[in-house]
Amino acid sequence: MSAQLEPLPCQEMVELVTDYLEGALPPADRERFELHLAGCDGCTAYLEQMRTTIRLTGRLRAQDIGEDARAALTEAFRSWRVSE
Amino acid sequence: MPPMTDHETRPELDRLSADDRRLVAGLRAGDEAAFEELIERYHPSLVRLAMSFVSSRAVAEDVAQDAWLGVLRGIGGFQGRSSLRTWIYRILVNTAKTRGVRESRSIPFASLGGREGDGEPAVDPGRFRPADDVLPGAWLSPPRSWDGLPEAELLGRETLEVIDRAIDRLPPAQRQVIRLRDIDGFSAREVSELLDLSDANERVLLHRARSKVRRALEDYLSEDAA
Repeated sequence: MSAQLEPLPCQEMVELVTDYLEGALPPADRERFELHLAGCDGCTAYLEQMRTTIRLTGRLRAQDIGEDARAALTEAFRSWRVSE
Repeated sequence: MPPMTDHETRPELDRLSADDRRLVAGLRAGDEAAFEELIERYHPSLVRLAMSFVSSRAVAEDVAQDAWLGVLRGIGGFQGRSSLRTWIYRILVNTAKTRGVRESRSIPFASLGGREGDGEPAVDPGRFRPADDVLPGAWLSPPRSWDGLPEAELLGRETLEVIDRAIDRLPPAQRQVIRLRDIDGFSAREVSELLDLSDANERVLLHRARSKVRRALEDYLSEDAA
C-alpha cells in the first residue's frame, strides 16, 4: 500500500481519466488513481460515464453517400481510367 | 493466365490485409466496383472530417472529391506501409490543409491547436467542494450512475443526436481527434501521425472533447430523469 501518497482530490481525478484510459499514467499515478477509485462512488460513476460516452460515440455513423457525390466520383473514376 | 504486372509482384503489399490487397488490385486494374466500395465506405466520413478544416460543407465535399482523385493518381505507387484506409485519410488531411490555407482561414490544424482549450476544466468547478473546505476538491454534486438506464434509451436516436451536436460544437482540432479516435476507430498512434500531433497533445485534445461530450450526455440524460 502507498500510505504516504497524498490522496488525489476528485477534481483532479476527472482530469486524469483520459490518461488513465489511454494507459498513459506512470505506474505510481495509476496506483493512486485506482486507490481513489476503489473508495469513491462519485469517481467510479464518472469513469463509467466516460466509458459509456466513448462507446456511444462509437455508434455514430456518417450518413450515406449522396447521389450527386456518387455520380461525380464515378465520372471522375471513368475519366481517370481512360487517361491511365 | 494473364501476365503478372509489376504492382502485383511488389512485396510491400504483403503487409496489407487480404481485403486491402483486393481493393488495391481492383483500383489498379480500373475496376469500378472496387472504387464504389471504397467511396461507400469512406466518403461520408471523409466529408465530415474535411468540414473541420474548411469553411463549409460544400467546400468539404469538394475537398473529399479532390482527395479521391489523389487516391486514384497515387494508387499505382502505394506501397502499403500503412493500411489503405490510413493512406486515404492522410490524402484527405493533406488536401484539406492545402485548401484551408487557400481559403486563408485561421487554420485549425490539430498540430497548431494542441493547446486549444487548455485550462478548461472537464467538469464545472462548482460541483466540487471549495479550497477552504475540509475535503477540498471532493465531489459536492457527484455524477449519477447510468447503469440503470435502459440500453434502448442510451442507444436511441435522440441520444446519438445529442452526441453528434456536442461534437459539432467542439473547436476544430478537438473535433478532428474525437472523430478519428472514437467514431472512425483509428488508434492513438495512427491519429498522431495523421494529424501530426505529439501523443501528449492528442491526449489533451481527446480529453477536452470527450469531457464535453460526456457533459452534454449527462445534461440530456438527467433532464430526462427529472
